[in-house]
Amino acid sequence: MSGSEEPRRAEDGLPALLHEDLHTADDGGARGSGGERLSHGEATSRPLQPPAPEPQPRGAKLYHRKPVDHNEAAQRFIDAPRHAKMHDERLWDLRQKRDGQMHGLPEWEDLRELASTIKQHTLSNLGDYLEQFESQAKANGIHVHWARDGAEHNRIVHGILADHGARRLIKSKSMLTEEVGFRDYMASVGIEVVETDLGERIQQLDEEAPSHIVVPAVHKLRSDVADVFARELGTDPANDDVHYLAEQQREKTRPLILEADAGMTGANFAVAETGTFVVCTNEGNADLSANVPPLHIASIGIEKLIPRITDLGVFIRLLSRSALGSPITQYTSHFRGPRDGGEMHIVLVDNGRSARLGEPEFWQSLKCIRCGACMNTCPVYRRSGGLSYGATYSGPIGLILDPSFDRRRYSSLPFASTLNGSCTNVCPVKINIHEQIFAWRKVLAESHDIGWSKQAMMKAAGTVLSHPTLYRASIATAEGTLKLLPDFMVANPLNSWTARGRAMPDAPKETFHQWYERTNGGKEEPS
Amino acid sequence: MRVALFVPCYVDAFEPEVGIATLNLLRRFGIDPEYPFDQTCCGQPMVNSGCHAEAKATEALFVRNFAGFDYIVVPSGSCAHQVRCHMTAIEQTDEVRHVRERTYELVEFLHDVLKVDGFPWAEFPHKVSYHNNCNALRGLFHGSMSERREPATSKPLDLLRMVKGLELVEKARPDECCGFGGTFSVFEPAVSVKMGQDKVRDHAMAGADYVVSADSSCMLHQQGCAERLGLPLQFRHIAQILNGDAA
Repeated sequence: MSGSEEPRRAEDGLPALLHEDLHTADDGGARGSGGERLSHGEATSRPLQPPAPEPQPRGAKLYHRKPVDHNEAAQRFIDAPRHAKMHDERLWDLRQKRDGQMHGLPEWEDLRELASTIKQHTLSNLGDYLEQFESQAKANGIHVHWARDGAEHNRIVHGILADHGARRLIKSKSMLTEEVGFRDYMASVGIEVVETDLGERIQQLDEEAPSHIVVPAVHKLRSDVADVFARELGTDPANDDVHYLAEQQREKTRPLILEADAGMTGANFAVAETGTFVVCTNEGNADLSANVPPLHIASIGIEKLIPRITDLGVFIRLLSRSALGSPITQYTSHFRGPRDGGEMHIVLVDNGRSARLGEPEFWQSLKCIRCGACMNTCPVYRRSGGLSYGATYSGPIGLILDPSFDRRRYSSLPFASTLNGSCTNVCPVKINIHEQIFAWRKVLAESHDIGWSKQAMMKAAGTVLSHPTLYRASIATAEGTLKLLPDFMVANPLNSWTARGRAMPDAPKETFHQWYERTNGGKEEPS
Repeated sequence: MRVALFVPCYVDAFEPEVGIATLNLLRRFGIDPEYPFDQTCCGQPMVNSGCHAEAKATEALFVRNFAGFDYIVVPSGSCAHQVRCHMTAIEQTDEVRHVRERTYELVEFLHDVLKVDGFPWAEFPHKVSYHNNCNALRGLFHGSMSERREPATSKPLDLLRMVKGLELVEKARPDECCGFGGTFSVFEPAVSVKMGQDKVRDHAMAGADYVVSADSSCMLHQQGCAERLGLPLQFRHIAQILNGDAA
């Protein structure tokens, strides 16, 4: 189906108001075998058009020491309309399901407040709770390790695996292991890692990072998955039925799981008073990772602590409702200690967390329970895809976490936001996300990490806008206004404003100021 | 009651009729606002980019212009939000704090301060989709937001419901951002334009003839997107509707 045959395309080539699945190559009426028009009711209900193949847009291009160009990657994502539309609608659907769950709980806002308070309290006494957790976990028979940073984490895990002669590790989904580059490290030391979460496995097979912290392959169409599985698992490339694909993956991965030497999980919550930890999944894959091999290693960020087991209910009630709009995850697995004959290790990882705890404007980001609600609601994330951020954490929470890992590389990310504040208000632990994005911009401007041209423009604008005479002269013409007002200004303002489907505003014949002067505020002309 | 009118830079330059409608609307309620002649901008363009130091002189000028008034009224949610919540580059003297606390967005001023109960002069027999400016909604709390479990309220809709003949239509995503975002609109044009196009399609799908908002900046962006898509939407500031300006 070529573009010219599609009806009602708007002038910029984007689909017109009619849903694109309803577009057909001809006038849309169903036809019989001889080509004659069929006019009875059933025949005129048109079959949906099979989607034309559209290659999956890839993520941000990363260059050494160069800031991520989010806009460039976002443009490529948007230029793949099937992917862009699916992504926006799928995540908006999660947001709406989340809203439905919220309306089902009269105490929703109280729960958020409670969760926020528990996390604030825990973070304010983090040292004490970590020590309590360590001693309780040891009493339960768990080996506890401490890692200052990602490299130390990877070395510790490697050491444990080496001690056991382990060659294959199965693991469940963990953002922390993404953060510390765990899979790459394991590859470099010759240990095979198999992801057991379906979405994460898809991403692993495709050599892509997860694009979302809860639904890692959400940016892929099922045809993309069929391509990956055909290439990597030898499935039928023409079959993109989700049941077929899931079944095939299961069949290919189960033997790897059964023969694994060690299993790894993350943790959603670590309970100080009991020394236990909790992993929430919808596939039960954490239980496979933890329970099939004799050795279980859990990598846990130090901010995952909560004080008491009775606090857990608050978070369990919020987590899946916020993430997926379901009341609870299918599996909420509690791990207390090694099973008979087995061994259990916990690696508690700092990797910048204690430094962030000391930052008055940013420490509250440590309350995050990684539900992804801020990503699902973010209109920028939904339209640009998680990989456009070029970072482990994407979407609103990523904008405030990433610069603390690498200020220069992620210096542009806090600007990939309209500061609309939706993220802050869906956050189940009440992190002031959009205020932290705003605060990051100030930090980056003060350390001259926003690009010299932008800063020079703002300086020039600040000069003109603080001098009434200069300001009046500048906005005397529309062109002058565009050069002045940084809301409309970049190196080539007209280009950036109008390049992609946006017309310029018309300039009026006089400014408000000129009108006021001419008419004495309207008192010298009939209003 | 001494009231000052603040006309934001982009309203001054692009939408003078919004400033005129605001002035005339306030006069209908017996207020003759003063218009300090040396006013320019609230400093938001710089602050929005993180450049607080570069906004200092503009913020100081704003306070010099508007000190001594009981109320400063501005027909823009984002400028009112900047003054009240983000004007922190300058030293916070009593005078600065007074100006910041006393700056009201027009809808808030009509709804909360004047507590108006009607616009008998206004008639607008058209289908209207109201656009919530994000700073007004989630920063100034113009009403309830879809993210929170709270009773449904809306100050701007309360006012628009008093206008004879005006029919409000409902969008699929009533409080999703339109993608303007100040400097976001030029530094992130890809997503900005896509969000704007999705927003104007939502207005059109809801059956709107007119889009009305308390912020012209969002509407300048949306208007640009609607024009390119060929959507027959008209855009009006809420001040124009409440003042009874003809469609």
